[in-house]
Formats: sequence, structure tokens, C-alpha cells
Amino acid sequence: MIELQSASVHFGTVAALKDVSFALSRGDRVALVGANGSGKSTLLRAMHGLVPLAAGRRVVGEVPSPRVAMVFQHPFMLRTSTLSNVELGLVLQRMPKAQRRERAMRALERVGLAAEAGRIARVLSAGQQQRAALARAWAVQPDVLLLDEPTASLDPTAKREVENLIAEFSAQGITMIMSSHNLGQVKRLADRVLYLEHGRVLADVSSEHFFSGPLPDEATLFLKGELPWV
Amino acid sequence: MNEFAESAIRAVELVASGDPELLRIVGLSFAVSATATITSTTFGLFAGAALAVWRFTGREGVIVLLNTLLALPSVVVGLVIYMLLSRAGPLGSFGILFTPAAMVIAQSFLVAPIVAALTRQAVEDALRDHGEQLRSLGASPFECALIIAWDERIALLTVALVAFGRAISEVGAVMMVGGNIAGVTRVMTTAIALETSKGDLPLALGLGMVLLFVVLLLNVLIGALRGWRLSGDQRRGVVA
Repeated sequence: MIELQSASVHFGTVAALKDVSFALSRGDRVALVGANGSGKSTLLRAMHGLVPLAAGRRVVGEVPSPRVAMVFQHPFMLRTSTLSNVELGLVLQRMPKAQRRERAMRALERVGLAAEAGRIARVLSAGQQQRAALARAWAVQPDVLLLDEPTASLDPTAKREVENLIAEFSAQGITMIMSSHNLGQVKRLADRVLYLEHGRVLADVSSEHFFSGPLPDEATLFLKGELPWV
Repeated sequence: MNEFAESAIRAVELVASGDPELLRIVGLSFAVSATATITSTTFGLFAGAALAVWRFTGREGVIVLLNTLLALPSVVVGLVIYMLLSRAGPLGSFGILFTPAAMVIAQSFLVAPIVAALTRQAVEDALRDHGEQLRSLGASPFECALIIAWDERIALLTVALVAFGRAISEVGAVMMVGGNIAGVTRVMTTAIALETSKGDLPLALGLGMVLLFVVLLLNVLIGALRGWRLSGDQRRGVVA
């Protein structure tokens, strides 16, 4: 669907992504794993086309281009109702008002926030805001959903709710790439794992392989650090 | 001291009795400054938002120039507008020198850089934090700026109030291009200057009171808007 070929991304003098090649296929459920600053978020942004590539290419292999939506760790909610926030992507698609309102309401029902439609989005709890962000992404009916640490700042209950929604979206056939520090979540949600370090992809393996090994030494050390009992 | 006290008492009486001349001057001041604020805010908002998103060679220079214009002396604006509108000037054929229209133009030129510079800063800061999320939803750079400007409407309303405050308290430019003609182009600031030089301290003081009250009211409004927004964000657990 979307492919990065020898892609590098620089922020000033810092190389955030170095010579990364990665192809996303329809139905993939990919987790990006690695320490802070390893390039996970940058890889997601590069897949979406939000950051310019210093080298390499981003190739979209389908016609028409797959629709891509992204959910961030701290979703940005406008100072307006939750419903209007969910409608935003549809407004930008120039969808007629009645149709987008209906679609946004359906998205809010989908994430269990229909009762909050009229409330100012910033009044919602962090977990509810993340669910609203998922509804906003789902409303545009994406082929690919990019998730950047979607549950990192949530309490356990909210984390579980958001995770369930991601699993449902994925089961619905939406191709998904997610960066996460939570290896349990990676195990539950992903069937393919990319391990990144210092902007390079050191392993691109199935989820089963990732947790059973063998892996490059750096990835094994990371796993030992995250799961000391293994 | 006695003269000051007497003048102050008479000034209060003038304000309280709704003296027609005082009301006419206050009315014209509001009309001129409100028109200038609306004109310059409309232009400044778009220019500031465009400057926040548009990357071009020499952009930094434009921003430095814009920030420099924040300290633009009003008499310089007055002089330039005077030269443009005077009979021998390039816009002399319009015949609007010494009319309220000339005063609106002068105040607009004075205030537009303030609106543009503050809008540019507010929109650029918000874009740095949230622009990527808007672009991920399919917004073009200019749509991002418009969405952010709308989201920052309280902050931008504050900018408009600051602009109005600057316009209504300005004296140099309106004196030069308006001419301070009684009943035609006399506004609060020019009237205060004239009446003081004539020795009519009660009218000058009365106008000064109204002007101070207007500025005070603007500050209260700005404070209330800021407080409302901050308390709202804190209530919602958002770091403003």
C-alpha cells in the first residue's frame, strides 16, 4: 500500500531516520518498538507524508491512494464540541453538512461517546479525548490507521478501552501501524513488529518471532530491559 | 490645587450632564477608531496568518520589519499619510485630507502592524504545537492557519481590543491628517491637546476621564477574556 525506500529524515543536524526500507501491505498489523528517540514517531510521520524525506522515496502503490488517518499521543482538540472535532476531517474533505454530521455521530457511537457529542471536547478526560481522536480518524473511513503511542498517557481503564477499539478497527480490516512501549499491547494487537534503534530498523519480524527470538543483540537487550523476567 | 479641584468638579458635571460637544467628540472618536480597528484587524489577521504559514525567501526580514513597525511613531504615520493625501500628493485627487476618512486611514496604518505581528506569533506558536495533527487530517497550510486562528479567537479578540486601545488613544497622526476641526475631525485626544492649550481645563479633563474610562474598560475586558479562557482551560486540565 505504502512503501518507504531507503528513506532518511533529518531534523536540522539530527538524523531521525536512516536508510529505512519498509513496505506496508493491506491488512498488516504492525507495531513499532524501540527506545525513546529511536525513530518510531518519525517513521509513522514519514509513512503519512508529514515529514519531508532527506533521501529515499515514499511510494504509494495503489490507485486511488489509500486514505490515511493518524492518531497522536496527545490529540489536539479544538475549543468546540466533541461532535465538531470529529467532523473536522470530513469538513476538510468538503463533505456536505448533513452527511458529515451523520458520519461523525456514527463514529462517536462507535467509540461510546455519543452522549458527549455536545460537550466541549477539552472538557473530556484524557481517555475520552483519545477515543474522540479515534472517532475522528475512523470517521474519514481510513484504509490505513497510524497510531503514535495511543495509550501512553492513559490510566489502565482508559488504556483498555482504547486498546479494545484499536483491536475492533483492526478486525474490521483497517491496516494499522502503531508505535508502542507496551509490549503486552504489542503482543495483543500486532502480527508484525519492527524494532528501531537510532533511526534504523534492526528487525522486521512476525510478532511471534519477536517474542521468541532469535533477534539481533540490540533487540534482545531491549527486550531484556523491558521484560526482565524473560 | 483649587483650580485643579474646580476643573475636576466641572469636568464631572460635563460628563454627567451629557454635554453635547463632549458627546459629539466622544462619538466621532469611537466611530473613527472602531472603523480603523475593523479595517486593520481584517487585514492584519489575514496578513499575520499568511505570514505564519507561508515560507519564502526574506521571510525573516519581513518579520523583523513587522516587529519594528510595532513601535511605529504615530507622527511618522501622520506625516506619510499627510504627504500622500495632500493636494500635491499621489492620492490628493481624492480630497480626503482633513476628513474623518483620512483619520481612519492613519489609525489603520498605525494599528495593522500590531494586529499582524501578534496574530503571526499566536498562529505560528499554535501551528508548531498542533499543525501536524491538522495536516494529518488533510488540511492545507492555509487551512491550518485559518483553523488555528478560529481556535485562538479569544486571543485574537484580545488583539483587536489592544488595537482599538492604541487607535483611540493616539493623537499625533489624527492631529496631522484630521486637522482637529471642531465638529468635523475633532476627537478626544486632539480636543484634550487643544483645550489644554486654550486653558479650558474642565472640557480637557472631562474628555481625559472618558478616555481613561474607555482604556480601563478595554483592560477589564481583556482581563476578563484571558481569565475566562484560562479558567476554562484549567478546568479542562489543559495547560494554556
